[in-house]
Amino acid sequence: MAEQPTGDGTLPEDKSAEDGRRENLRKWQLSRRRLLKIMGAAGLAAVATPMVPGAISKILGASDEVPAEAVDKKPGRLRRWAMVIDLRRCDGCQSIGKPPQCTLGCIEGHFAPEPMQWIQVFEYDLPGGGTQFIPVPCQSCQNPPCVNVCPVGATWSTPEGPVLIDQDRCIGCRMCMAACPYDRRFFTWATPPIPPEALLADYHPERQFPLQKGVTSKCDFCPDIARGGRLPYCAQGCPNSAIYYGDFEEDMATNGEEVVELSKFLSENQAYRLKEELNTKPRVYYIPGHGQELGRDPYDEGRMPTEWPWEKKIKGAKTWNRSNR
Amino acid sequence: MEPVEPLEEYQQRLEDKVLSPLTRAGPRYYLIVGLLLLVIAWGLYAYVTQYREGLYVTGMRDRILWGLYVSLFIFFIGISQAGTLISAILRLSKAQWRVPITRMAELITVAALLLGALLPVIDQGRPDRVHFLLLYGRWQSPIIWDIFAISTYTIGSLIYLYLPLIPDLALARDKIGHLVSPPKRWFFRTFSLDWRGTARQKRYLIIALGIMMVLMIPVAVSAHTVVSLIFATTLREPWDNPMFGAYFVAGAIYSGTATIVIVMAVVRKAYGLEEYITRQHFINLGYLLGCLVLVMMYFNVLEFVTNGYKLAGEGEMHFQQLFTGTLAPYYWSYALGGMLIPGLIILFPWTRNIAGVITASVLVNVGMWIERYFIVVGGMRVPIMPYEPASYFPTWVEWSIMAAAFAAFTLIIVLAMRLLPIISIWEVSEQYGEEKIISRREAIGTAVSQSVHPEYAPTFRRAQTTEESQS
Repeated sequence: MAEQPTGDGTLPEDKSAEDGRRENLRKWQLSRRRLLKIMGAAGLAAVATPMVPGAISKILGASDEVPAEAVDKKPGRLRRWAMVIDLRRCDGCQSIGKPPQCTLGCIEGHFAPEPMQWIQVFEYDLPGGGTQFIPVPCQSCQNPPCVNVCPVGATWSTPEGPVLIDQDRCIGCRMCMAACPYDRRFFTWATPPIPPEALLADYHPERQFPLQKGVTSKCDFCPDIARGGRLPYCAQGCPNSAIYYGDFEEDMATNGEEVVELSKFLSENQAYRLKEELNTKPRVYYIPGHGQELGRDPYDEGRMPTEWPWEKKIKGAKTWNRSNR
Repeated sequence: MEPVEPLEEYQQRLEDKVLSPLTRAGPRYYLIVGLLLLVIAWGLYAYVTQYREGLYVTGMRDRILWGLYVSLFIFFIGISQAGTLISAILRLSKAQWRVPITRMAELITVAALLLGALLPVIDQGRPDRVHFLLLYGRWQSPIIWDIFAISTYTIGSLIYLYLPLIPDLALARDKIGHLVSPPKRWFFRTFSLDWRGTARQKRYLIIALGIMMVLMIPVAVSAHTVVSLIFATTLREPWDNPMFGAYFVAGAIYSGTATIVIVMAVVRKAYGLEEYITRQHFINLGYLLGCLVLVMMYFNVLEFVTNGYKLAGEGEMHFQQLFTGTLAPYYWSYALGGMLIPGLIILFPWTRNIAGVITASVLVNVGMWIERYFIVVGGMRVPIMPYEPASYFPTWVEWSIMAAAFAAFTLIIVLAMRLLPIISIWEVSEQYGEEKIISRREAIGTAVSQSVHPEYAPTFRRAQTTEESQS
């Protein structure tokens, strides 16, 4: 736990650890109440060392008992954003005969230039020859390899979970791209096309536009949008509501249609994370499936290629291929 | 017994030979410098193009995001190991044959490090922000470790090049100071630090050299280990290897040794130094190269047996691409041309001669360059998500910058040879005194004559007294 870069010490996804913590807290409060009674009655008692400061301040502070909740409560709540992608409801937008709409929503929302697909729908092989579609945004790792290797602190993990990039700081060494095991970082190899509307907003790491030349960019997990009470562009774009976005602090997530209890939803549906063995601790969870809820045949291969419609409006935009031609 | 040339005469001849290139330069020199400058100018043009257009003009893209520049960076840091090996390790082990080639080796180190340190900046997407590394550097990043290691190494090897230069610069100041241009005279005067060759000065120089030669070895090892950590700290299967550091260091010493042979051969020919750089030097370095062939093969076998046996994860794809796939031409030209054939050349006595060792060294360096290239590109090429493997090939910009880097490396050495005595005169004549004169005197049992440099007198007397006490 010590190696976790986030300030927040508990693993949200670790149910037993969370319960254990609450259990300890309850015990602690109980013993303190009892302790006060004993102190009030006898005036003095042997106390366990770590409780001394709390007990003293209690005695000095006031005689009336402070409600346990108020003591426990942190000033302000820390969001811990998470994403759940229900693969049972993802068919790579084959059924509507369009390019993946999550990718499209993201491209439109962030002015991501070709060939950037900050959320990309990969086609994975299934045992038996079939395929499944897996949309992969930045995994918002809680042990992020990219953050560890950055020489100038241009990328970091926020306390809320998302891993962000400061394009004003990035020196373009691409070490983070070499370190990312999910191929989720994108380099601006040439001067990117910038639509006029992208210039209206000031640059912010949570928004990442206007994009700069010679730096890295990627999915920012849309915490700015989520804080405003809306779903990220990809979740908004998904026609089948396969993408849930939520908060471990409140333990809820929503796909825009229903609200689920996040931890329970993950457990009940055997959620997994990509490359769990690398211990990157992603905040993106997948519920296994191959689009069966939409009636997709796993042997039905291929999806429509991604398009960058906004880019067509800009003349002479330079594009490149992610795969070195 | 043939007559031994007195030390003074020997030293005079050596000084004439080594110092004369510092006073005058022929048309050949200007031609070479001109040609090198042309190549560098072309490389600068390529870099300006890259700076304006972005790294778009290179063959690198998101999937294979490092290419020629990074492989060249490893290669240059690798050949910089030359100086440390020859002058520090061999000095420490008191291998006397190293003496005439130490200066060259130290020069190679400095030149290679300067170029090596430049290449990551050329590879950077935002070279205008290179100072951020100092302003915002995070010690957690392997790149910062690199900056520490390589800058320490560069400073250390500059000192290590400079220290043994002091007596020679003083010699140049005294002997040819009046023959050279004023800036050069100023250089000799200033940097010889008022060297008079007194016993006290000499003692301090020996102490300083002793400290530096011990210090340089760990610094050089760390520099190359840390270069490997840039790769080994990522989660990419072909690089995820604990022995990567040792493998890189071994490869560095290997290509460093080969580089010395090549530079040695060229300098020997160009300056007519056949008397000082002898067949024995080539043969000895050849033996060293032969041992290192075995070390390199050992590391290769180790890697292929541990990872190739299991073929876990993406390993299968990696070994397939190396042995039979896209990178097979690179891999086999390295394995056969860069290890096996040089090894055989050195193994057989009838090919183990000057020409043979030079051929082997050229092969080794080409092979090691290829190895650096496929380590970088091959490691990147293995898909980490379900996509088709990318293919990388450098563009004209990258080739031009590579040519300019090699030209700049050569230019640094060529220019330095006009400024610095390329053979350490004082060490060579000292060695001559020790080996020839003293041994001969001991053999014929005569007393120390005045012709022996006072420096050797104590050594000789001590030897004599032990003999006397025995008899």
